[in-house]
Amino acid sequence: MCLGIPGEVVEIMTDRPDLAQVDVSGVRRAINIGLLEPGEIGVGDWVLIHVGFALSKIDEAEARAAMDFLKSIGDAYTDELAALQNSKID
Amino acid sequence: MRFVDEFRDAEQARALAARIAARCEPGRVYKFMEVCGGHTHTIYQHGLEDYLPEQVQLVHGPGCPVCVIPMGRVDDAIAIARRPEVILTSFGDMMRVPGGDGSFLDAKAAGADIRMVYSPLDALKIARQNPGRQVVFMAIGFETTAPSTAVTVQRAKAEGLANFSVFCNHVTIIPAIKAILDSPDQRLDGFLGPGHVSTVIGCEPYRFIAEHYRKPLVVAGFEPLDILHSIDMLLAQLGDGRCEVENQYSRVVPWDGNVTALKVLADVLELRPFFEWRGLGFISHSALKLTEAYADFDAERRFDVPGVRVADPQSCQCGEVLKGVLKPWECKVFGTACTPETPIGTCMVSPEGACAAYYNFGRFRRQRLLQVSAR
Repeated sequence: MCLGIPGEVVEIMTDRPDLAQVDVSGVRRAINIGLLEPGEIGVGDWVLIHVGFALSKIDEAEARAAMDFLKSIGDAYTDELAALQNSKID
Repeated sequence: MRFVDEFRDAEQARALAARIAARCEPGRVYKFMEVCGGHTHTIYQHGLEDYLPEQVQLVHGPGCPVCVIPMGRVDDAIAIARRPEVILTSFGDMMRVPGGDGSFLDAKAAGADIRMVYSPLDALKIARQNPGRQVVFMAIGFETTAPSTAVTVQRAKAEGLANFSVFCNHVTIIPAIKAILDSPDQRLDGFLGPGHVSTVIGCEPYRFIAEHYRKPLVVAGFEPLDILHSIDMLLAQLGDGRCEVENQYSRVVPWDGNVTALKVLADVLELRPFFEWRGLGFISHSALKLTEAYADFDAERRFDVPGVRVADPQSCQCGEVLKGVLKPWECKVFGTACTPETPIGTCMVSPEGACAAYYNFGRFRRQRLLQVSAR
């Protein structure tokens, strides 16, 4: 729950500007971007995701470092990623 | 410098470790608290204590939101979940946390409809799909997750979802740090500030720690090098006679935090007069509840909640571990009666709990270390 998972924004949903499609380790999921400033992120940007919400914009290097870190912690990350994969927010 | 191997940038780590050692005054012991459970996890996983001179001691703090939930609140949630009309939704982390009368998993096995969700928005979706049921979200977490709950409640209100409510257990980190600073049994020299919480609240709220308590605080990232770098920054401050709030994790944490998230929080959630923390007792203004404008979505108003205080089991020393007074392995039941499979206390449940982190990683290093020392 406390883990921040990096995701790459692949689509801002035009009919729902508070939602974006992100790619997390090859898995595409909708997340809420309502906690960021309107227009703060666009396609190709990276965000740190907590419980389905983008909480901060990060750069690609930070995203890679965060992902390496998450992979290194093993089970806790696998569980969190599995939970994210089952999440279908709208 | 034994067992320094597996993590990348080991060379940089050694350089930092050498600088840390050089900054230590002979004969002085430095105790730094890492507030966040994520930091505890990194420290044990990478054996960072092996890099540090013996003079620098890391003390684990209360920053694991699962760990600080008192047993009575788990029982209250289960009492709500046992109602036939209710679907209780919860993050997976909470499922095995023992209450006075079993955990969520036990209640689920006994027939209560308790479902794991990744996001509060998943709980909202379940409410939409089950108009004939009452869907309750077990909200836990520090300021990292509280804005997500707040947005979800705003959406529920906008959609007029009458069958959704929140059992709010959000806590705030600053009063917990203050309680530890005021506690007579803990003497600390500085703090590693929590990375993700600070993404929301920023660095300014920590200023009283530096100015009033005269302790330095460095907001730290989660990688091994981040933590070593932050320790180096703390020692540099102490060496210069400074007590400041510094931000080592500025690549993610803005100094002023997330202004949008803070606005949403202020709209939906407000401070409770007091709240019980496991191990730390009742701390005033340390937790959040729904504001009057969103009272219809407050599960504590919608359902009868027993609200009984349940004392921790006598054998459990999570309280001392959460305050940093005891190391996990010093607890009487650590690794014997209390394991991640059959936890007695919360610190053994969450992956961010000090006991679970130590059980999964640290104890092997310590065993190796003790074996080598004995030779």
